Amino acid sequence: MKGLLIRDLSLAVRAGGGFGLGLAFFLIVTILMPFGIGPNTSTLTIVAPGILWIGALLACLLSLDRMFALDWEDGSLELLATSPLPLEAVAGVKALAHWLTTGLPLVAAAPVLGIVLNLPPQGFFWLIASLAIGTPALSAIGTFGAALTVGLKRGGLLLSLLVLPLYVPTLLFGAEVARRGVEGSDAATPLVLLAGLTLAASAAMPFAAAAALRVNLR
Amino acid sequence: MPKLRAMSLWEYANPRKFMATSAALLPWVIALSAICLGTGLIWGFFFTPDERLQGASVKIFYIHVPTAMMAINAWAMMLVTSLIWLIRRHHVSALAAKAAAPVGLVFTAIALITGALWGQPTWGTWWEWDPRLTSFLILFLFYLGYIALWEAVENPDSAADLTSVLCLVGSVFAIVSRYALLFWNQGLHQGWSISATDGEAPVADVYWYPAMISIAGFVLLFVALVLFRTRTEIRARRLKALITRERMA
Amino acid sequence: MPELGRYAFAVLTSYGAALALLSGLIVYSVLRAKRVLRQLREAEARRGPTQ
Repeated sequence: MKGLLIRDLSLAVRAGGGFGLGLAFFLIVTILMPFGIGPNTSTLTIVAPGILWIGALLACLLSLDRMFALDWEDGSLELLATSPLPLEAVAGVKALAHWLTTGLPLVAAAPVLGIVLNLPPQGFFWLIASLAIGTPALSAIGTFGAALTVGLKRGGLLLSLLVLPLYVPTLLFGAEVARRGVEGSDAATPLVLLAGLTLAASAAMPFAAAAALRVNLR
Repeated sequence: MPKLRAMSLWEYANPRKFMATSAALLPWVIALSAICLGTGLIWGFFFTPDERLQGASVKIFYIHVPTAMMAINAWAMMLVTSLIWLIRRHHVSALAAKAAAPVGLVFTAIALITGALWGQPTWGTWWEWDPRLTSFLILFLFYLGYIALWEAVENPDSAADLTSVLCLVGSVFAIVSRYALLFWNQGLHQGWSISATDGEAPVADVYWYPAMISIAGFVLLFVALVLFRTRTEIRARRLKALITRERMA
Repeated sequence: MPELGRYAFAVLTSYGAALALLSGLIVYSVLRAKRVLRQLREAEARRGPTQ
């Protein structure tokens, strides 16, 4: 299990593995936003939490279709399926590796982008907290989407169509935390709900993902 | 007890049996549905008085409410048939779910469009990010994803399995989204308009009877469409099997 | 024709849109059913002599 995690991480970090791609996408999307919205700083303050959350979500989505695709092409996914490690654990480790290589860098980059978007000081803590707690759910749910579409040609577009509606609750709660943090109102309640969502998704989604993988490997 | 077994519901899971029964049933369902829809909608459109506050716009009620109900019920039916497929592996069940999805999609679209048209003169806006409206929009996206996944997967059994799992997971997320949306924004949409609260009927009798008839009509229309489309799907499956066999020979 | 007043547009477009979408779905379903049935008949006819 640990070996698989280390293997996935090193594959991602190696050149062409896609590590940093999501991060770069996140940077570009957020930097482009003011060009679309206008340079008015008070407007940017209002939309900053939402932009950062949407950016994080899209960046997560971008790297999802690579999650199983490489292992599927070279046959190592079948090896993993026949190994003593249950597929549920494989899916869980994949989700964790995905989060470590995309979710975590996004959390680290968010404060810098918060400055660019004129996020008020009291909002930073809640933005980071919401991203740190919410992005694991994005990875867990995304694993399921990636497992559903693993064998398909041109699965990428379909993947976003399947996964984005599932991201709705996470996005709602996450952006709500960040927005309330900026306003200075009670942000703890949505944060707790977001944490519950992440826990539930991380616990349940590997099973759904494993079920989908079994069908695709049949 | 052969007689009792013959009456079991699972008999209809046999495609041949399903084809025979649905062929006998279909004309009746279609006729009944046409009668109910015709009666309910014509009664509602021509022979009901204007409502005190909303004027003639209440006439949209006879389309908006039944289609909205069926949009949700269609997904519920897909959930049940998906579960039956996953547990008991009855092909008809999986194909019925496939057949129902576009019907649910169209009903959702009608509920959304009529809702927007109704909202414009009464609320003063086409669209409001209200929890109820937004959940229907999300339901629409779920239908799209479900149909797209059916189309994308080559192997019919794999497609049935994957869409069934998606339907299960999607149902859970649809319910979570519903509550998340309530938390996110309090709504403009009135509560569930059919069930009576505090012993007082929210809808007066003059509107109630045509509404009930048109709801029955839409339910029957859904049943008719699903039966009809499931028959097509069963034939399409058989066609696919024949063509595969031809290629191999 | 009932007097619809200022709601005429909303009511008529609602009925029109619902009718259009439903008939679209019905027409599509019927056409597909016909096509599938025809192709199935052809395939069965091709298979017939070999059996």
